[in-house]
Amino acid sequence: MNGLIILIPIALGLGLLGLAAFFWTLKRGQYDDLDGAALRILLDGDGDEKQNEDKDASK
Amino acid sequence: MTHMAKNLDPQPAIESNFAVPDIRCAGCISKLENGLILSPQIISARVNFTTKQVVVHHIAGANMADIIAAFALLGFEAHQIEKNSIDNIQNDSKSLLMAMGVAGFAMMNIMLLSVSIWSGAEGSTRDMFHWLSAAIALPTIAYSGRPFFTSAWRALRHGGTNMDVPISIGVILASGLSLYETATHGPHAYFDGAVMLLFFLLTGRWLDSVMRDRARSGVTSLLKNMGNGAMVIDEKGHSHFVDSTALLPHMVMIIAAGERLPADGVIIYGKTQLDLSLLTGESQPCPANVNDKVLAGTLNIGSPIHVRITEIGAFTAIADIARLMGEAAQSKSRYVRIADRAAKLYAPAVHLLALLAFAGWMIMGAGVHQSLLIAVAVLIITCPCALGLAVPAAQIVTAGALMRSGILVKDGSALERLAEIDMAIFDKTGTLTMGRPEPVNLHDATDLQCALMLSLAQHSRHPLSKALTHALQQMNISPAIIEDIDEDAGMGIGAKWQDIDIFLGRHFNDEASNSPVNNDEETLSTNLFMDGKSVFTIFFTDNLRGDAKDVVHDLKLMNIPASIMSGDKAKAVAPITKLLGMTAQTAMLPQDKLAAIKRFEQAGHHVLMIGDGLNDGPALAAGHASMAPGSASDAGKNAADFIFMGDNLRPIIQAINAARKTKSIVRQNFQLAIGYNIFAVPLAIFGYVTPLIAALAMSGSSLIVVANALRLRGAAK
Repeated sequence: MNGLIILIPIALGLGLLGLAAFFWTLKRGQYDDLDGAALRILLDGDGDEKQNEDKDASK
Repeated sequence: MTHMAKNLDPQPAIESNFAVPDIRCAGCISKLENGLILSPQIISARVNFTTKQVVVHHIAGANMADIIAAFALLGFEAHQIEKNSIDNIQNDSKSLLMAMGVAGFAMMNIMLLSVSIWSGAEGSTRDMFHWLSAAIALPTIAYSGRPFFTSAWRALRHGGTNMDVPISIGVILASGLSLYETATHGPHAYFDGAVMLLFFLLTGRWLDSVMRDRARSGVTSLLKNMGNGAMVIDEKGHSHFVDSTALLPHMVMIIAAGERLPADGVIIYGKTQLDLSLLTGESQPCPANVNDKVLAGTLNIGSPIHVRITEIGAFTAIADIARLMGEAAQSKSRYVRIADRAAKLYAPAVHLLALLAFAGWMIMGAGVHQSLLIAVAVLIITCPCALGLAVPAAQIVTAGALMRSGILVKDGSALERLAEIDMAIFDKTGTLTMGRPEPVNLHDATDLQCALMLSLAQHSRHPLSKALTHALQQMNISPAIIEDIDEDAGMGIGAKWQDIDIFLGRHFNDEASNSPVNNDEETLSTNLFMDGKSVFTIFFTDNLRGDAKDVVHDLKLMNIPASIMSGDKAKAVAPITKLLGMTAQTAMLPQDKLAAIKRFEQAGHHVLMIGDGLNDGPALAAGHASMAPGSASDAGKNAADFIFMGDNLRPIIQAINAARKTKSIVRQNFQLAIGYNIFAVPLAIFGYVTPLIAALAMSGSSLIVVANALRLRGAAK
């Protein structure tokens, strides 16, 4: 019984954490382009770095 | 230099959205994102593959035409779109997704507590778990249940009923009774069942709404940005831009080449050629002169003209067609979806059953509490969990499969309606044919003639010139060097090559001969003149789509007779009817097409209309189901239920097959859901349904239905 008093709040807290994380990802638009996310894994290298290199090269 | 300025002085970036329908693969994503930033005005670009859009961050004051040119340089056609229109569309599914997330969280936590109870927690421990469950479940139900409660309340207030009524009653009764159980130290609380029910139903709702979003954003991404106003000259001769809503009759507007007319009017200066394809569906440009009447929505492809406005806004011919379209679409919106038809039978049956169970147990002397518990168990077990998923799960899987093969589905009911069609009607130009002329006899021309034609044609915006340019470039011809290029709108384009006058057009400096001499066969043609003599005649045809014949044949095999309704003259349609073996009605106005479809519908037929132009809009809206090619006019795409990409008609067959498969899977899902009820309801009525059994039965039936729906993944083959 004593164990429950500690464990249940922990369980609920973790659940709430999960829910908060879900809302955060939702607000950040991570579900806006699910098909694109599946394809981006096929792209080479880190997008940002590569873009910067290209930019430098173009100057 | 501009690069430097951009890096040293970071101006606040401005966001613009572009629709790019041609994004197809991972390669396109990297090509766009890495290629666009090479343009000096663009700071960053982000592709959204699902909606086929690109968000571009660019410097303030960047020229949109330059950005679109940057897209073109990479080989993509881009159209700027309003940003807000997309955001609004997606809000609905986002709030459903949030409700679903909350319900899912609550379900998992309550289930954790429920498992302890099922595995034998007793006395005060069980009570504490029940209270905890209640503490999680009640706010969740209040939050996640809103979509159902509001819709049920609306239905009840209007004296009707829908699927949401039994859901709401079931959920509210179950949680109320469970709360009472908890307070009186009872053994059974259905909090987990109530929340799980909400979770599964919200999943179904969300899937349904996601599908509609996808199609809608797909359609918006296809819509081109039409000019919303015109340059108007006032009495003093100054010209300024006037928004289309502020245009008035008697104003004089200047329509440059490449602009669409925002209002009906009369030409008072200049002569040009107009592309009427949006209105009439005819691909051949039409010459227009002073005192000719011109209509809003037509595209000026010749030279600048001045137009005195006669009709604006709602009085234009194009608005008339839009109105017809709206009226025709109303009949379609009365279509009752399968799920709603099921709900009409289902809801009263369930309530009656619960009531009978309650009355039966009362008569047997079980007491109000016991009887009510049984009645609630009946309501929970029959709550349309699997039914709520049966239709949307099947439809979204099919829509996804169709989308992968290039067919956009507007909404779920479109699939239901397509499965019912028993006749097909095709428009001709742009639907059965490609809608773009192609030169047929270029290989008969000499290399010099080809080079001259290319150098002339690439300076003109005329559709035939464009087609010619494209074909010649495909043949790897390099243009000759010419000078003094001069386009005479409606006549042709001329220039000097090595001191020889060359001219590409119908007739050279001879307006009088603009008689039906060489177009009596309804063939498009143009001539190359050198020194005033025609040296070569290029003939154009509007080619049939490659698989038109097969598709018409396949439709016949599927017991769907096909015929043609065309706005073109009989002469133009005859060769195609002969080739395809179809019947045809010709020279039809938009109103005629609409009336014909209405006649068929009233005779009990379900018509599939396939068309592309604005003139097909009302007919597309009136058909039981309708399809438009991706190259269709905006109006056509808006009115159609399905949009298919590419040059082939095969998608029509694919879509019909997929719709029929979906229909049979939906039917199976209903059978599964009802079969589950036949099995579970007696258990509930005789009082054997504990929360554990309810949870198992509900999740089990839902999973089976979803698994069955997943079989549709290959439906678009």
